[in-house]
This record gives sequence, C-alpha cells and structure tokens, in this order.
Amino acid sequence: MNTASMIQISLGAVLINNFVLTRMLGLCPFLNVSNKISNATGLGMAVTFVMTMASAVAWIVDSTVLAPHNAAYLRIVVFILIIASLTQLVEMALQKYSPALFESFGKYLPLVTTNCAVLAAALIATMENPYTGRPFTFLEAFINGVMSGAGFTLVLILMAGIKGKLECVNVWKPLEGLPIALITAGLIALAFLGFSGLHPPIAAGGF
Amino acid sequence: MGATFSVLLLGGLGALFGALLGLASKKFQVLIDLKTDKIRAVLPAIDCGACGYVLCEGFAKAVAEGKADPLGCVPGNPKTAHAVADILGISVTTADPVMAVVHCKGGRAEAAERCVYDGIPDCHAAIVAGYGSKVCPDGCLGLGSCVAACHFNALSISADNVAVANPDKCVGCGACVAACPRAIIGLVPRVHKIFLACSNRDFGEKVTSYCSVGCTACEACVDCTPSGAIAMNGNLPVLDYSREENFIVAVHKCPSRCFVDLIKTRPKVNIDVKCDGCGNCVLFCPVDAIRGEPGKRYVIEKDKCIGCGLCLNQCHVHAIALWGGLGYSQKTKGKWHKS
Repeated sequence: MNTASMIQISLGAVLINNFVLTRMLGLCPFLNVSNKISNATGLGMAVTFVMTMASAVAWIVDSTVLAPHNAAYLRIVVFILIIASLTQLVEMALQKYSPALFESFGKYLPLVTTNCAVLAAALIATMENPYTGRPFTFLEAFINGVMSGAGFTLVLILMAGIKGKLECVNVWKPLEGLPIALITAGLIALAFLGFSGLHPPIAAGGF
Repeated sequence: MGATFSVLLLGGLGALFGALLGLASKKFQVLIDLKTDKIRAVLPAIDCGACGYVLCEGFAKAVAEGKADPLGCVPGNPKTAHAVADILGISVTTADPVMAVVHCKGGRAEAAERCVYDGIPDCHAAIVAGYGSKVCPDGCLGLGSCVAACHFNALSISADNVAVANPDKCVGCGACVAACPRAIIGLVPRVHKIFLACSNRDFGEKVTSYCSVGCTACEACVDCTPSGAIAMNGNLPVLDYSREENFIVAVHKCPSRCFVDLIKTRPKVNIDVKCDGCGNCVLFCPVDAIRGEPGKRYVIEKDKCIGCGLCLNQCHVHAIALWGGLGYSQKTKGKWHKS
C-alpha cells in the first residue's frame, strides 16, 4: 500500500464521505452534543478509539471466520457483539491503567457502544476499497477507521462551537433548539459537499 | 447446516468474549472506596458547584479521600453534612444556613436609566458594552445572569426589572453570588429577615439624583442602632449579623427605605392591665407609638408600632408583650391569613 492511496483513504473518510454529513450516521451525538468543545473532543476521541479498534477486529474476524465460511449475513450481529465487548474491555483497561484518561472520556464509552457510526465503520472495513476496487487490506481498514473517527470528531467540534455561538443570539422562537441545529447541520453538510470535488476517479462498485 | 453454523459461531464468539471479559475484569480489577458511593448517595445530586467541584461525584470522592471539607455541600446543609459525617465516622458542627439576597431594589420606577441597552440579554455583556444602562454604578441590571446561574429557580426578575431572590427556594449555594458581574448579591444568615437593598457607594444628593431608594450614607441607621451592630464602610452601612440585634428600627428610620424586611407583618406590642403608668417605655420607643398619661395604663398606637421590641425589657412590671405571630396578620373577618 502506497502513500497516495493512504492519503486517498484519509481524505475520503474525513472530508468526502464524512460519517455525519455525507453518510448521515451518528446524528444522535452530533445533534445532542453540548455546546462545550471539551465535551465534544472527549466524545470524539472515544468514538475514534472504538472505531479504530472495531475496524481492525472486525476485519480480522471477517477475513478469518466469516468470509471463508460464506457467512457474510452474520456480519451485523457479530460486529455488534465485538463492539460491545471491546468497549467494555477498553473501559476496564482505562480505569485500571489510566484513571486520568478514564475521567476525561470514560463516561462517553458506554454511549459509544450502541452508536451506529461505529457499526458502520466496522461494516465498511469488510467492504471493498472504492479507490482500488479490491477489498480493504488490514492497514487500509485500520486507517479508514482512524480517519472516520477523526472526521466524526471534526464535525462534532464544529457543531459544539456553533452551538456555543447560537447561545448568544436571539433565535426565532419556533426554531429554538433542535430545529436550528438541524438547519445548521444541513448548511455544514452543504459546505462539505464541496469536498466531493476532491474525489479522484473511482473504480466501479465503490460507495 | 447454515443454521447450525451460525448458532455455533455466535455461541462460540459469545462464550469467547464472555470469558475474555471475565478474565479482564479480574485482571483490571480496581478497588473503589465504598465510602465514595455512600457519600454520593446522600448528596443532593444537583451538581450545583457550590463545593468547588463540578459534579457531586467529584465532591464525594474528594471527601472520601479527605481532600475536601465534609461541610462543603452548601445546598444540603446541615442534614447532608451530618449524613456525610456519619459515613466518615466523625462529628461536625454545622454553620447557620444562609440565603441569597439581592442588595438592590432600584427598578425602572426608582432608578434612572441613562441609555437603552438592546444587546445580548446578559449582565456580563451589558457591563462590557458601556457598563450597563443604569446611572447607578452598582445597580441591578435586571438581565438575569443570576437567574440563569440558579439551579433552583430561586431567583427571578421582577416586573420592575430587578432581580429578586426567593428565600423559600434558595439553598444558599452561592452560584448567583459568583454570577453577578456587579457583586451585588450576598449571602445572609437565614434567621435574619432584614438586609440592606443597596450597594451604591456614592454619597448624599448624588445618589438621590438618580435613585429614589439608594443609600445616601446619611447614617440614620447607625444612629438608631445603639447596639453598634451597624457600622459604615465605604458609604454603605454594614450589618453585623453576629450581634444580638434585629435591625427593625433601622428599616423604619432609613429615609430612602433602603432596607428590605422579608416579614411583611411584624407582631405588635400590647400593654396589658399590669401597667402602672410609670412612662418609662415612652422614652425608649423609637417611633413614638406609645401614648398615655402618667399614672394610668399606657396604650400602643398599632399603626405606628413597628414591633422592634425595645420597650419590652424596660417595663418593670412586665406589662408589655408582643402579639401576633411571625408572618401572620389578623384579618378583619377574624380569619388567620398567611401573608
């Protein structure tokens, strides 16, 4: 795997196929994120961490157990099992070895367990790479997981910053709260649409 | 075949992960001090921040580790403090509960405005943008930073555009004290119902030129309080709540009516038939509410009496008593009515 395809995957995961704005996944934490950037960063870090782990483990399980036995239909249920166990494991390990880190994003880990964005990251890791047309290699799946998480964190922080600004303005009464957040999300998504121009010509069968 | 395989696979994976988690929980076992959970259970769980910790949990942990004062929980005082002390196995003496009061009552009708503020509805923002719209440099801006800071809905902005604290809801956590950019909210002992509702440090006519209920530093309250519980400090009287003094006379002697008495109907004095007409009490009445002739039973003018109780101890035959309960007034129809 060369540097160019690494950059391709990174850009694709962060900007072009952003989990929240393009795939419309993980909207729940995105819309309900508090207006504190520190909280958004904490949640984003937790999601990134779990996404990366889930992508890697899902790829291994898929390529060693599921694919050889022609059992792709079991992916979703198996991946949910993997993600839930992983989150538990990570939570325990953090509490033991890094209480400081546990304080900062330990409380977000249970929230991450059932996040659809994490499940999607695991599923995508088993699909084929849209840039090469071949299935993801382990390293590619790993990088895709990290970068998907980074994109998620980026959008979460963007939204937290905007929500903080929204606190200080007089929003029209019927639009207060969730409606204005959805409109804002739509506008950010429109802006992110501009990044689709970065897309290099992709092989057929991509997403 | 397919069904058997998927059942076996899922069962196997489940068992594997279960065993892994079981092992991990043994390996990554963390011993948690049970005291923390116990203390957290008795705390109010409102995360008000008065103790200096963001969450009640943080406070509970700090107390369990001996880093924080067991008395630190202000909203729960004194019940919580004793519960926490029981868990720690120590004994504590709790301080008097306090309540927040707003040291300003100059609303739109009383205090002059020098401009119209039409910016962000927040006191801090108004201070930045030209130091607020009031002429008075220490007046309440009425934009509600304290209301937003209060977790208990104890503060509200009155129709007259001044913040008012509701003593029934206030727990004395002090969140509003920190939130007020002009520092005009203070905490006073709950047992005292009288406080000064002015923070202005100007003097004399300058104050009356822009506020009809502002303290002019005339010192009338100091003069009428012989116990010395009121002292002037920077053109403002300071009430010493640790002294034995009820401040009722000061409330009524203040020419600008700067004081607030939370009890609207104080009990009134009554002189019974034991009175031998010595007239000693007349000398001590600050509002001339006692009249009569020497040698006969003296009477109280109920309209004038403020219930300060200064005459009580002066009567050598113990003929004087206060009638009427705290906060209650007798209606003309004969029903007791809570004010």
